Amino acid sequence: MASVRYREALNQALREEMHRDEAVMLMGEDIGVFNGAFKVTQGLLEEFGERRVRDTPISENTIVGMGVGAAMTGLRPVVELMTVNFSLLALDQIVNHAAHIRYMFGGQVKVPLVVRMPQGAGHQLGPTHSHCFEAIYLHVPGLLVAAPSTAADAKGLLKAAIRDDNPVIFIEHEYLYGRRGEVPEDDDHVQRFGEAAIRREGSDVTIVGVSRMALTAEQAAETLADEHDLAAEVLDPRTLRPLDLDTILQSVHKTNRCVIVEEGWPHGGVGANLAALVQEQAFDYLDAPVARVTGADVPMPYSKPLEEIAYPHAPQIVQAALATLRDV
Amino acid sequence: MLRYRRFEMAERVVAPEERTAAPLPEPERAREWLATMMLIRRFEERAGEMYAKAKVGGFLHLAIGEEATILGAARALRPGDYMISTYRSHGHALARGTAPEAVMAELFGRVDGCSRGRGGSMHMFDLQRRFMGGYGIVGGNLPLAAGMGMACDYLGTEDAVLCTFGDGAANQGTFGETMNLAALWRLPVVFLVSNNQFGMGTALERHSAVTELHKRGESFGVPGLRCDGMDVADTFTVCAQALERSRSERQPVLIEARTYRFRGHSMADPEEYRTREQVEQWRARDPIVSFGQRLSREGVLGEGELARLDGEAIERVDRAVDFADSSPFPEPPSLYDDVYVLGDQVGGWYSVDARTPTPHRGEDERAMPRHQLPGGAGYESEHTTSTARPIGAVQGLPDETDAEESDAEETDAEGANPDRARPDRARPDRAEREG
Repeated sequence: MASVRYREALNQALREEMHRDEAVMLMGEDIGVFNGAFKVTQGLLEEFGERRVRDTPISENTIVGMGVGAAMTGLRPVVELMTVNFSLLALDQIVNHAAHIRYMFGGQVKVPLVVRMPQGAGHQLGPTHSHCFEAIYLHVPGLLVAAPSTAADAKGLLKAAIRDDNPVIFIEHEYLYGRRGEVPEDDDHVQRFGEAAIRREGSDVTIVGVSRMALTAEQAAETLADEHDLAAEVLDPRTLRPLDLDTILQSVHKTNRCVIVEEGWPHGGVGANLAALVQEQAFDYLDAPVARVTGADVPMPYSKPLEEIAYPHAPQIVQAALATLRDV
Repeated sequence: MLRYRRFEMAERVVAPEERTAAPLPEPERAREWLATMMLIRRFEERAGEMYAKAKVGGFLHLAIGEEATILGAARALRPGDYMISTYRSHGHALARGTAPEAVMAELFGRVDGCSRGRGGSMHMFDLQRRFMGGYGIVGGNLPLAAGMGMACDYLGTEDAVLCTFGDGAANQGTFGETMNLAALWRLPVVFLVSNNQFGMGTALERHSAVTELHKRGESFGVPGLRCDGMDVADTFTVCAQALERSRSERQPVLIEARTYRFRGHSMADPEEYRTREQVEQWRARDPIVSFGQRLSREGVLGEGELARLDGEAIERVDRAVDFADSSPFPEPPSLYDDVYVLGDQVGGWYSVDARTPTPHRGEDERAMPRHQLPGGAGYESEHTTSTARPIGAVQGLPDETDAEESDAEETDAEGANPDRARPDRARPDRAEREG
């Protein structure tokens, strides 16, 4: 194990997979000479050259579409979009093409494409650079969706994404890029999709945290233990498609309570979907309604005090968890 | 039975200025061009008839009148080159060599369709012949073409890409973005704007400030050429030049082919945006008639040969209709086939809406040992260490399980998760409540 930052872990994954497979190449805005807006691709242009690390013009829909075309004809492109908000410009290529091409052409081709992008609030970037859109991509059959919260998962899931033959939406988090974590030094540290992580074991309430919220959920669990003598089980789904629902259900069978935490909007969110699945499949195990803690139902404001209250923090999660235990 | 309009050869005199300078190919090839254009025409006419009989659903966009543009472009390609098209793509598939049976079966939504009944009229595909698809999103195929060109370049092949789209697509953002990128990265892609002069019902001069579309690439560094899209030899010659240049000089070329569709945009088109006179003027330049006339004039086509070729095309299309009619519809359990490449990462997935072939609750399915599930597929591999078992909407998923997976299956069946066997706890309650 080595202690590395989330961004370095991603960088290692890209570097290793590029060494491993000649078909892997990178495209994106300012990923080369500039070394990436968040420095994830640092040093890769120098190491692999312009053939394999390509700075693109600011044309999100077209660079993703080119990734799709190249993936259909023998490459394994990894496209970086500077933020999740910018991915909306590429939504046509992601949904109508990347996700549907295999199905609509009767399985004749595959689209081994990875589209990476960071999301999240906390840096006062306002309403066009700070959102969380896992739910949009989760909605689409044909896509795989990853949202790693630790350095180890960032590396392991990205390597898995690159090796997979399906189009993958790989959602990073701006706040996490600088965080350190223990990462296996093994070149073959690959984290399979569809395996939730149990971040903390407990028997009183299940807290599912998506992306950065997995960390916030852990903080909340600590408070619940220290101040309320409650043992929360914290789960990080790691990938939303495929989703490891079994681990979540098993936990709910044990705790009979479930709180879902996400940074995105409440309506049609990850939590809305997950709450539906939990109540459909574990209704008889639930002792309280499934609770959700989400981002506020507003565009992300710029001003610091407003931004602070527009996304979830540990005290809200603690409150939501306690509410599920009210009648005990 | 459909009454085909005969190709009236003798009644029309070709004005000298209409005569093309483009050279004819070898006689055998010239006859094949004519025969394939006829096949496309007869296919489209018959498809229209089948649409009227409700054998074909959805939208149906026919390319009648545009056969020379389609075939001239397709014949300029090498077998290894890629062709990519739009929602008006039956003719491109046929020109590339896809069997009419497979194209008609696709229109009928049958399993033997070239996209297995998943795509329909707008989404024909034939990987084997490097026909990389028809696409329903206007302008959506341009980035894909550039990506394919990038792959040709990256892999060091001599292959090139020919991307056709309509005049309407020239106004999409992807047009400018793709021209720029293709020129910047010197990609071997020929962009062919099939200018049939209407973006659906909006005339060229009403949707484009600059109507000479071949000039639209210049500011991006993409040289433009023009060809007569009603003349197969001219279209072939210009496309072949462009492909050669694109291949050897590593740069994109934009070609504008002026053409016309004799039928409406789709089958549901009252054609209020153009005059009958205009349609008739263009019909007088029918690409099949004029090429047939030229072949007769130059002695390539003997007496009665045109009628013979036409008869063969009609027969071939008849066979395609018979084939499509007898091909089965896809089985309901195949609904979930090919959404994902199944393998280590994805062996199936939770379907919130698992509806085939009989309605069932996810809970029932999950309680069932996996080997009893129809199709038997699941989410397993030798790498699994967690308890993750996202069972998909598994029915009909291709059985890709291997020996190792069978081993894993046993473990699962024995109940790695005993809670799975408890739906009986839930069901009586539910029945009581419902009762």
